[in-house]
Amino acid sequence: MSTLLDVRGLSLSYRTRQQRLPVLHDVGFTLAAGETLGLVGESGSGKSQIALALMGLLPINAEVQGSLVFEGCELTTLKPAERRALRGARMGLIFQDPMTSLNPHLSIGLQLAEVLEQHQGASRAAALAESARMLDAVRIPEAARRLKQYPHELSGGQRQRVMIAMMLLARPAVLIADEPTTALDVTVQAEILKLLATLQREMGLALLMISHDLGVMADIADELLVLYAGRVMEQGAAKTLLAAPKHPYTQALLACRPRLDSPLYLAQGLRLPGIAGLPARVGERSKGCVFAPRCALASAQCSQEAPLLRAHAENHRLACHRA
Amino acid sequence: MHAPHSLLARFGQHRGAMFALAALLLIVLALVFGPLLSPHAVDSIDFDGDWATAPSLVNAHWFGTDSLGRDVLVRTLEGGRISLLVAFAATLVSLSIGVAYGAVAGYFGGAIDEWMMRAVDILYALPFLFLVILLMVLFGRNLVLVFVAIGAINWLDMARVVRGQTLALREREFITAARTHGMGDAAILWRHILPNLAGVVMVTVTLTIPQVILTESFLSFLGLGVQEPATSWGTLINQGAREMEATPWALLFPASLMALTLLCFNLLGDALRDVLDPRESA
Repeated sequence: MSTLLDVRGLSLSYRTRQQRLPVLHDVGFTLAAGETLGLVGESGSGKSQIALALMGLLPINAEVQGSLVFEGCELTTLKPAERRALRGARMGLIFQDPMTSLNPHLSIGLQLAEVLEQHQGASRAAALAESARMLDAVRIPEAARRLKQYPHELSGGQRQRVMIAMMLLARPAVLIADEPTTALDVTVQAEILKLLATLQREMGLALLMISHDLGVMADIADELLVLYAGRVMEQGAAKTLLAAPKHPYTQALLACRPRLDSPLYLAQGLRLPGIAGLPARVGERSKGCVFAPRCALASAQCSQEAPLLRAHAENHRLACHRA
Repeated sequence: MHAPHSLLARFGQHRGAMFALAALLLIVLALVFGPLLSPHAVDSIDFDGDWATAPSLVNAHWFGTDSLGRDVLVRTLEGGRISLLVAFAATLVSLSIGVAYGAVAGYFGGAIDEWMMRAVDILYALPFLFLVILLMVLFGRNLVLVFVAIGAINWLDMARVVRGQTLALREREFITAARTHGMGDAAILWRHILPNLAGVVMVTVTLTIPQVILTESFLSFLGLGVQEPATSWGTLINQGAREMEATPWALLFPASLMALTLLCFNLLGDALRDVLDPRESA
């Protein structure tokens, strides 16, 4: 499959009056059509920052380094207007909270139609007709009637479907889903994930899935990228990574999944296991491995020398001295 | 149960709104057509009756006459015409400037916002009366100038309210969502910010209209606004207050009509806020 998106050496920092806050450090991955890449990590690990950097929606005080090649085109050198033309047309982004991502004062139909009016100069009638078809595609019944409704008349799951429809209207090549199911309850979550997988198959979408839910990732991702404090910890095929994680951080994350049959869970009197210590703060600088202060396996070398991301096996890379 | 979709239908179910709307419609009709139907002119003196006749349905003066023998009813209606005209025109001026200015400042934020709002602060600091007197001296007394002066002051409040609301709005996710599907700033302001401002703007407008009516009467009282023989509610109330003991009706009628009008505007604004919020079901 051809590579749609090639990210190399992506570093991101925020400039404030006092200092520069590094947020991402040398992140790289590729994404092909029809493929799903999962980004995993704790809150503040920089997952959403990658999404915003790809979309070109970072605040003005952000400094981006590295190369972002999308459909053979270097994004970092594009003019703002050219990037705007890509947004929504070639790449879409779905947010976490469907409750707040729709304008409460406009009908669903108007909000969907404006995407097509914007990008293809479609007429209102044509845009509405296409919107109705897209609502059908995301399995919303009675699409024609829904177009006249306002966001508050839909349930959370339906709103997320509408958001997905909105982002797919202009037939983008890449869809970024930033924790698309976090704000939904579990049964709805499963439906939305199934829908995303189906749409991906039907439309040949490349999907960049951001989540901290490893269960979700196991279902949907082909490749996985584990982030901690803006650095790649481990990267590779989702199946191998989840079955046999090599990095202590990935192992710790997997151990945190609530499972009734987990001996750790039972031993702690049904208390949820966690990773000791606090997540690294944004911009925290350390000489050694960023995870070392919380790592059970940390040695003297770990706090002295930052591990490089190295190939462990074919399509499996990790940054750890101890693994 | 679904709330009715059209604004009109939801508005129709609001009892306070319908009352205020009906009353305002009646008042406006009376102001527009009343003076045409009346046998008296604004500045004509009834030499046949006594000076300062009390209101009565039997003689030709339902609201009585003032101490100069002029019909209070026709003067109240004529005064209302001018007062409302000033109010609408000045509000329109303040609405258009204030909304555009506030939305731009709030939406772009940062240094733009900082400079634009400091300019507003500076304008706030200008003594309003001094400005009006200066305008009057430079350009002569002129009703249009009264509109401009009042509008030019009132848009500052509107700009602040709108800017505050826009600051909150632009952080909302649907604005980011609009940006993610490639909308430009102008389109976002027009399609997403403005409709969401409608409620707060409506409420501010209904506060502005009575405020402008009061400001106009204040200026008239100082001799800077509407001059005799033309009249406005402010002029009438001022006059009536001076002759309160002899002809209380010359104060009572214009004052009551003005109070009723102000009340209706406030009720209307309240109802509009309810109706424009789509989450509130009727």
